Amino acid sequence: MDTLIPVDRGGPAQPLLLASGLQKHFPVGGGILGRGRKVVRAVDDLTLSVAKGETLGVVGESGCGKSTVARLLIRLLKPDRGTMVLDGDPVDEPHGITVNELRRNVQMVFQDSYASLNPRLTIGETLAFAPKAHGLPAAQARERVRDLLSKVGLDPNNYAERYPHELSGGQRQRVNIARALALRPRLVILDEAVSALDKSVEAQVLNMLVDLKEELGLTYVFISHDLNVVQYLSDRVLVMYLGKIVELGPVEAIYGDPQHPYTRALLSARPSMDPRKRTKEAPIQGDPPNPIDPPSGCRFRTRCPFAEDVCGRVEPILADTGRQSVACHIQVPGSGHSKAARTGVIAA
Amino acid sequence: MSDLLQVRDLHVAFRTPDRTVHAVNGVSFDLKRGETLGILGESGSGKSVTLRSILRLHPEHRTRWSGSIRMEGDEVLDMKPRALADLRGRRVAMIFQEPATAFDPVFTIGQQIAETIRRHTGKSDADAWKRAKELLELVRIPSPAQRLKAYPFEMSGGMRQRAMIALALSCNPSLLLADEPTTALDATVQIQVLLLIRELQREFDLGVIFVTHDIGVAVEVSDRIGVMYAGKIVELAGVEQMVDAPQHPYSRGLLASTVHDGMRGQRLEAIPGAPPDLAEVPTGCSFAPRCKFVRPDCTTAPPSLLPSGDSHLVRCVLTA
Repeated sequence: MDTLIPVDRGGPAQPLLLASGLQKHFPVGGGILGRGRKVVRAVDDLTLSVAKGETLGVVGESGCGKSTVARLLIRLLKPDRGTMVLDGDPVDEPHGITVNELRRNVQMVFQDSYASLNPRLTIGETLAFAPKAHGLPAAQARERVRDLLSKVGLDPNNYAERYPHELSGGQRQRVNIARALALRPRLVILDEAVSALDKSVEAQVLNMLVDLKEELGLTYVFISHDLNVVQYLSDRVLVMYLGKIVELGPVEAIYGDPQHPYTRALLSARPSMDPRKRTKEAPIQGDPPNPIDPPSGCRFRTRCPFAEDVCGRVEPILADTGRQSVACHIQVPGSGHSKAARTGVIAA
Repeated sequence: MSDLLQVRDLHVAFRTPDRTVHAVNGVSFDLKRGETLGILGESGSGKSVTLRSILRLHPEHRTRWSGSIRMEGDEVLDMKPRALADLRGRRVAMIFQEPATAFDPVFTIGQQIAETIRRHTGKSDADAWKRAKELLELVRIPSPAQRLKAYPFEMSGGMRQRAMIALALSCNPSLLLADEPTTALDATVQIQVLLLIRELQREFDLGVIFVTHDIGVAVEVSDRIGVMYAGKIVELAGVEQMVDAPQHPYSRGLLASTVHDGMRGQRLEAIPGAPPDLAEVPTGCSFAPRCKFVRPDCTTAPPSLLPSGDSHLVRCVLTA
């Protein structure tokens, strides 16, 4: 009866979402007749897969391209290059599914809970909007709204008729999560979804996200600058720096045994929660460079304590090191870096 | 006697046409030279309003004050405009969350620092510029001579925040007020700025009040931490006591609900509900509606901030 319930098509081994070679550059500034125009290389040659039922965490500092990745995955931005496959179906290609079908399966929650709700619609109208647009009769849509509100812990009798300005930040973010769930998506992209909330409220929303995932069999892509929250929620973690993946692997490996110098720096830059073990020295100096004209070769080399000649000449590829993948010359035998193993055989 | 700053029973309320918001409701604390007090609280807890009151930065005609703020013995709330200008420029300095908006965009960093020095110390133009360059070196801005000529938009967020610290220290203040100065910065930059503030604080024997919502940041910089809720300090203790043995149910909840290492898979102990509306003055403890230890006497009268153990103050009937 309900046409909006998604079906698992490829089976458990088929990644829910597969993106390969995604690239997004934004031109900036003028230049005469478009010549000499500068380009922000927000995302470059990014390949990732999201397995069914997992939470993939994405971390990085501002300007690293993590929000661009989110917008590419749900096609709010059209990639310059690259392909996406949703559970076996290519997206936006002749034999595949349309962008609208993608968005029925993939939904997103943004950081600013107020800006992402229409101030002139009641919460009930907002939540019913997408199901109605996708053909659900009004009576069923109303039922769906009640169901959604109770799922996110808001009493439907009390909240359906209210307007966004009548809610607190935490309540509004619950509404945004409910709206993302309105079409029964399979993948929810959470772009800094708890970052604007106070800590005591953040914990409530995190608990709710864990419950909803289990109850509805959801898959999450969780994007945040907060390393602790990403560690708490994620099964796998992707670390980005200036539009590139620098490290990708299971959460235990990334946090327990980080391999890339940037990941290590990022993790040790976390304030210590112990006044007896305060940070003595900043792990790296300086700010992240401007993503316009990123450094040649390895983009981290300008801040890396181990940078050598080879790092400026050759761009490191994301190579498997056993537990995780790392884009660093030190990890590649025979790369020419003095810390890399010399007698390695480069895989054919 | 040796107190740099004494705040006593500070109340701040803002009047708007349709309501009055009671932002700060009886805050008292002392600060010594060379000491860092961290004020920890969530949005709307009154932490920034408390901080700004020390410089009287609120709009005069809409703000109602009571209580006392004594800076090196001088009552700030009674100061005349001239004394206030001297307090703001020379004796107490403040750094803000967003350095991009704290600087004037149409003047270079050097012009803004040099002007401040000339205005408050009467130095010559050449001396002021020389001092400005020294200050940029002090906050470790690379190639300071060139950076003096840079406009704020030409600098990265971390550099701007360093420049703002240089500006704040330009007239040798004895008290530095920091309002979430690292919140807008990236993680790898935040730690650099925190370490810089800690270092400068020691070097110049500054009193620092550091307002933040981030427990990790507060622990990293503070000697003592005051936790604020609904316009009151609910707990005030040394940083180790606060982290090891918080006593107020709100401080305990805040620490328990903050995600950190090793909490994966555990359910978070969230505090239910949301902070109260500050338009109404509560009859009892403001935290009572969210508190899991609430008793009948919590709602009859507001609890006082009372000693509970050695130099540990708690505003709760359970520890009184």
